Amino acid sequence: MPQLNFVDFPPQLVWLAISFVILYIAMAKVAIPRISEVLEGRQDRIARDLDEAKRLSEESDKAKAEYEAALEEARAKAHGMVSELKATLTKEQDASRVDLEAKLAEKAQAAEKSIADAKETALSNVRNIAGEAAKAAVSRLVSLEVSDADLSAAVEASAKGSA
Amino acid sequence: MKQIQTGYSIVAEGQGLHIDPMGQFQIKRLVEMNVGGIDVSFTNSSLFMLIVVASITVFLTWSMRGRAMVPGRMQSMAELSYEFIANMLKDNVGSEGRKFFPFIFSIFMFVLFCNLIGMVPYTFTVTSHIVVTFGLAMTVFLVVTIVGIVRHGFKFLTLFAPSGVPMFLMPILVPIEIISYFVRPISLSVRLFANMMAGHALLKVFGAFVVGLSWWGGWLPLTFIIGLTGLEFLVAFLQAYVFAILSCLYLNDAINLHH
Repeated sequence: MPQLNFVDFPPQLVWLAISFVILYIAMAKVAIPRISEVLEGRQDRIARDLDEAKRLSEESDKAKAEYEAALEEARAKAHGMVSELKATLTKEQDASRVDLEAKLAEKAQAAEKSIADAKETALSNVRNIAGEAAKAAVSRLVSLEVSDADLSAAVEASAKGSA
Repeated sequence: MKQIQTGYSIVAEGQGLHIDPMGQFQIKRLVEMNVGGIDVSFTNSSLFMLIVVASITVFLTWSMRGRAMVPGRMQSMAELSYEFIANMLKDNVGSEGRKFFPFIFSIFMFVLFCNLIGMVPYTFTVTSHIVVTFGLAMTVFLVVTIVGIVRHGFKFLTLFAPSGVPMFLMPILVPIEIISYFVRPISLSVRLFANMMAGHALLKVFGAFVVGLSWWGGWLPLTFIIGLTGLEFLVAFLQAYVFAILSCLYLNDAINLHH
């Protein structure tokens, strides 16, 4: 076994010591600081980014709350305006309806009156015609002259009887 | 078929079958050096240690060059290895383990890259040598022991006498605890070394079968080698992980003293 050749031990140990010391110095002074610097930088960056994200999220929450409050206010305002408008319109409508009803009632009254007048006129015309006809019939039948006063009394009595 | 013992390997001759599973672990001196009577030759092992160190450094610094907020593939890998060890240390040792992060990270990356680079054909696997793994394990052991003594002083010895144990058990328990403590560097190093050596030797043996059995029979060991290579990659990572997590657990004992 070449591993148990004692003559080869000193050079291997000496060079092991030399190379390990070189390696240790290279690691401790160059490689490790370089890696840890990068790792720490990344750690810091991540922590900073997380803080920033938290801050932004809080800000957006605040903005959202503000927006919702504004929206709520606008909604309330719009609701108020609508109900106000509705009230005004109802009032106006009521007023115009009352007005219209009054006018219609007036017109209806006038119409009723004119109908009654027309009826009166028509009735009196009918009496006159009936009287004329009765007078003519009487003069033809009995050739008797009937006075107008008697005639109208007779017509009146007959109208009363038939009515 | 006759067998010839050549150094460390058994070379089977005849029918063209040549199996040399241990040759890949041979230390070759590339540049002979001697300082104060100590052999410090630059060997193939030294070369691959330096390659490993350079690869780790280049991988981590090059992949992090962009310092991107959103990492790419390479940067993700670098960050992943960093966070893997950072979490391991946090889970096993706690916040006080933070200052040992460079140490555990270096150990993990060194073992991992030694194991992985060793998977490339014609390379040398540094961690397949017991002396290297023992050196690493001993470093962990010494660091842990020194940390324990510095933090707790004399109280560090209570590690060997767990609380809540009946007094009459102490004479048995304390020696067991002491032995288990001092066996740590051995178990830590042998586990890594044996895994790496066994895997590479096995790959070599089956590789030799493929060549030896040639066109008519080499397919079977070849399929086996494909599966084995996948397994070895798993072992390469797993052993680095085990080495690092055990180091963390030992460190936890030393820092927090609870057993």
